[in-house]
Amino acid sequence: MLNITKDLNEKTLVVGLEGRLDTTTAPTLEEELKASLSGVENLEFDLAKLEYISSAGLRVLLSSQKTMNKQGKMVVKNVSEEVNEIFEVTGFSDILTIE
Amino acid sequence: MKELTIEAKVENLPKVLEFIDSGLEDDGCSMKNQMKIDIAVEELFVNIAHYAYRDKVGSAVIKYSNDDGKAIISLIDSGLHYDPLAKDDPDVSLSAEEREIGGLGIYMVKNSMDDVKYEYVDNQNITTITKSLN
Repeated sequence: MLNITKDLNEKTLVVGLEGRLDTTTAPTLEEELKASLSGVENLEFDLAKLEYISSAGLRVLLSSQKTMNKQGKMVVKNVSEEVNEIFEVTGFSDILTIE
Repeated sequence: MKELTIEAKVENLPKVLEFIDSGLEDDGCSMKNQMKIDIAVEELFVNIAHYAYRDKVGSAVIKYSNDDGKAIISLIDSGLHYDPLAKDDPDVSLSAEEREIGGLGIYMVKNSMDDVKYEYVDNQNITTITKSLN
């Protein structure tokens, strides 16, 4: 299960993820983002309640990063130790801006 | 040893992970390693679901055992002969622009498990991962 919250304030979109970002839930997030990123200049992911991320989830973060490189910036916040370790092993800690 | 036989389709992923997690929880696996093991099982199971039987749905067998503090998990299918470990590793030092989407999953499996082994026996693909519980 994945709960997605979106909070748009002018050109800043905060996306909160709660639960599991895996093969079964990543497509939902991808669609949500596709529909929401137009005109957004600051994209923030709040991962405080994200329990799990697999490569399917990483792919969505990577494609969001690519989109935001063209139109603004993207940061990832409140990363748990477990999720951070996954970012490290995949080299994502160098690609993403983690705050 | 515990064993689960299930139709190899992506919708069954939660059931597969439930099976693995119940074993890991009974054996006192740390959260950190449970997540890594789940990720590895997800990658391998989704690979089978997507590719092993082409357009048909076949079955997958998942075996779980605990050998002296190590989880040993095998994923078995009787689909196309395919070695998931034969793929080249992605270059994880590249920037977002240069990074490709593919190959990441199996790379994660190789790098987060203590051991990953592939065998093709009696027309079956058998991939076995080993990871210490703590």
